[in-house]
Amino acid sequence: MHIFHNTNFDFLRWRWHAIALSWVVILAGIAVIVTKGIPRGIEFAGGTAVISQFDQPVSIQQVRSALDKTFGGQNAIVQTYGDPSLRQVMVRVPEVGAESGASLSSAAQKVEQALREANLGNVQTVGTEVVGPAVGQELTSKGFWATVLSLGGILIYISFRYQLSFAVGAVVATLHDLLVTAAFLAFFQYDITLNVIAAILTVTGYSTNDTIVIFDRVRENLRGMRRDSLHHVVNVALNQTLGRTVITAGTALLSAIALFLFGGEVLRGFAFTMIVGIITGTYSSVFVAAAIVTFWRGNAPTRAAAHAPAMAASVAPSGSGGRERPADASAPQQPVRKAKPQRKARAS
Amino acid sequence: MQNLRWKLITIIAVLVVFSAVGVYPLVAARYGITAPRWLTDRALKLGLDLQGGVHLVLRVQTDDALRIETEAESERLREALRTRNINVSNIAVSSPIEFRVEGVSPDQDAAFREAAVEADTNFNRSTGVNNAYTFTIKPNIQVVLREEAVTQARQTIERRVNELGVTEPSIAQQGNNGDQILVQLPGVTDVNRAKEIIRSTGLLELKIVEQGPGVSREAFLQNGQVPQGMEILPGSSGATGEPGTTVYYLVRRAAAVSGRDLRSARPSLDENNRPAVAFTLNTDGARKFGRVTGENIGRQLAIVLDGRVQSAPEIQGRITSDGRISGSFTQEEVQNLSLVLRSGALPATLTYLEERTIGPSLGADSIRSGVIASLVGLLLIIMFMLTYYKLSGVNAVVALIFNLVILLGLMAYIGAVMTLPGIAGFVLTMGIGVDSNVLIFERIKEELEAQRGVRASINAGFGRVFWTLVDTHVAALISAAFLFQFGTGAIRGFAVTLFLGLLSNLFTSIFVSKTLFELALGRRHQVATLSI
Repeated sequence: MHIFHNTNFDFLRWRWHAIALSWVVILAGIAVIVTKGIPRGIEFAGGTAVISQFDQPVSIQQVRSALDKTFGGQNAIVQTYGDPSLRQVMVRVPEVGAESGASLSSAAQKVEQALREANLGNVQTVGTEVVGPAVGQELTSKGFWATVLSLGGILIYISFRYQLSFAVGAVVATLHDLLVTAAFLAFFQYDITLNVIAAILTVTGYSTNDTIVIFDRVRENLRGMRRDSLHHVVNVALNQTLGRTVITAGTALLSAIALFLFGGEVLRGFAFTMIVGIITGTYSSVFVAAAIVTFWRGNAPTRAAAHAPAMAASVAPSGSGGRERPADASAPQQPVRKAKPQRKARAS
Repeated sequence: MQNLRWKLITIIAVLVVFSAVGVYPLVAARYGITAPRWLTDRALKLGLDLQGGVHLVLRVQTDDALRIETEAESERLREALRTRNINVSNIAVSSPIEFRVEGVSPDQDAAFREAAVEADTNFNRSTGVNNAYTFTIKPNIQVVLREEAVTQARQTIERRVNELGVTEPSIAQQGNNGDQILVQLPGVTDVNRAKEIIRSTGLLELKIVEQGPGVSREAFLQNGQVPQGMEILPGSSGATGEPGTTVYYLVRRAAAVSGRDLRSARPSLDENNRPAVAFTLNTDGARKFGRVTGENIGRQLAIVLDGRVQSAPEIQGRITSDGRISGSFTQEEVQNLSLVLRSGALPATLTYLEERTIGPSLGADSIRSGVIASLVGLLLIIMFMLTYYKLSGVNAVVALIFNLVILLGLMAYIGAVMTLPGIAGFVLTMGIGVDSNVLIFERIKEELEAQRGVRASINAGFGRVFWTLVDTHVAALISAAFLFQFGTGAIRGFAVTLFLGLLSNLFTSIFVSKTLFELALGRRHQVATLSI
């Protein structure tokens, strides 16, 4: 079975449109973050969360009014937690008891007391979470550095295994994915929690993974298609790997969707981030990463480019003519073998 | 075919070992089958978020430890100056790391310097105006003292937690400055008791009372100052037990006996049958205690706990090894106090940064939804692979299941903990893991279309993709490693799962899958078609 058989899409032709679309999403995300803010989970913002289980069904409104007396001035967040049949409610308030001593949980005790006194039937605390303000700052800086260092590590590894231009393409694509993911988190107002940060870092790995597969094919083709423009070589590689790109995104999405639907409350933000990340990661590998490489290196014929990237521009005068080449378009799938059988330059 | 046989033996051996370590103990526990201890001991453990329990993060106020050192040093110097008859106008601790000596008379300056040099080498001395000197703890000593304070605090907490009888607690240092202590107590539900016990300083001191009790601090001041070598401590007046008003005692600063000299402490009753804590001193402590009590018959002895006088009984005779702390305690307080005293004092105060309790029902819900999500994900992927790749899909599915078994076994073997994000890592390992198979299969398809033979196509598919797979896996390992660096607790569980999943995926997708193809092709020389 084949979903894509001998396709010949000119992906690079759409690079400007793709980049424009990406900027629209990213800028919109920034606009939402600036105007509405991005809600921070309790680990980052600090505060108190209490998960209570009621014996009788209660409405969010009832719980809210029960809290009004004690926490009237504060922005209490009340939401159902987990499966509705469990009758669990999570209450989150920004207040934290003084950091010194055992009184850190005083706000949690106040919430429990308010709920008990509110005539909502028997109520039991099944979980609490109290985070002092100092924790969030440390996490923010750690999360930032983890992301920067992992991008740096990937940049070094790819430039070592491939070339700098490829590494830059992969890292820009990954940065793009991080920004787009952040934008979608802002659109849907998901709390930034530790799990979400973990998902974002996983997306970093996934996106690079996708990009490397394409780059690997570009490099392989560069060895056999030295007379062709880089533009064309990249397009051929994108088409050759298209089936794999789409199928892998599909299976990864299947597992992320399973997590989103069945993984429970704690993993919902994580699964959402993964879903967005997988989609944008796939998109950026095809439209962003490859485009960056062509911008970086120009569109000159690729003779010897695979081994001497700095020389590529000076060796050939201009590569603008190599854009649409009908001769190759007939057999983009096996350019080396069919179009130029005499040039079996592939590594064994 | 010799080669193939060895490959198969390797694969089967790996499968047997990893299912024994990873899968068998879990199944045995679930269905009540007996399993040997050496296997169940290694069984994959559940993290706090799945099992329920208490998660606490505390910060050690390491400044306290420095202040104690600074105070001790200033006292030592005061003593040295007294024996040498050197007069200064004031010695005062001005910050946790420094104290100042003022008013050294110029003609005694040389003698003072000599005394200061002999006193201690842990401090830097700098000369100020008006014959004043500032002593600051040397920076390297500061670092050592801070580290020691955190390590001691961790060890003390470990002792206390062990006394609480928690099974498999986890206590670790963490944080940017290494001054945080993470305490995880699985299965504990009485949070407040656990918190109280962990945080109590538990410093017991026995000090001779010079004057008191009095109703206010000011009553003991001489010329507006606390007399030299003395301190004023609060306590409660309720000698009979009722929590009365606060009273104050003027006591000698140097403790006759401290918690370090304790051999044991246990709940007991006082002469009025109220709960009290009985303690026994070790030989060294008993000798000191006997001397001090013998010299001070008729005076009061303050029993000071964490800077508060619990009681101040009159010394009626020489006491050596045994004593009792009585006050207005409840039975539970007595239990906790004996535990804290037995485990030794904390070197510094602790503050709570974070606390989290997960009820057992919440953990069970998480396990249920995690398992359902995993099964649904697995099923969807299996269905897809079988539909799209037909018989070769079977190959991928077998490799996938191998991957999961190896992953479980690896995690159990290294003693990793399964957390809810860890389950997510499992699901993602499946979804992203089949990518390796997809990559290889798509390449085989290409080769087949180029009219290569089936065997050659399979070899070319695996051969060409090998380095691509290495590259993608290394890049993903890099981000998993930094994720591990970033995370604590549950996130680390996720990073570990992801990391190990990548490694086992590399093995199954290349080695296992290839062997399965070879096995399917068997000895036939000409294979016309491949179901892919």
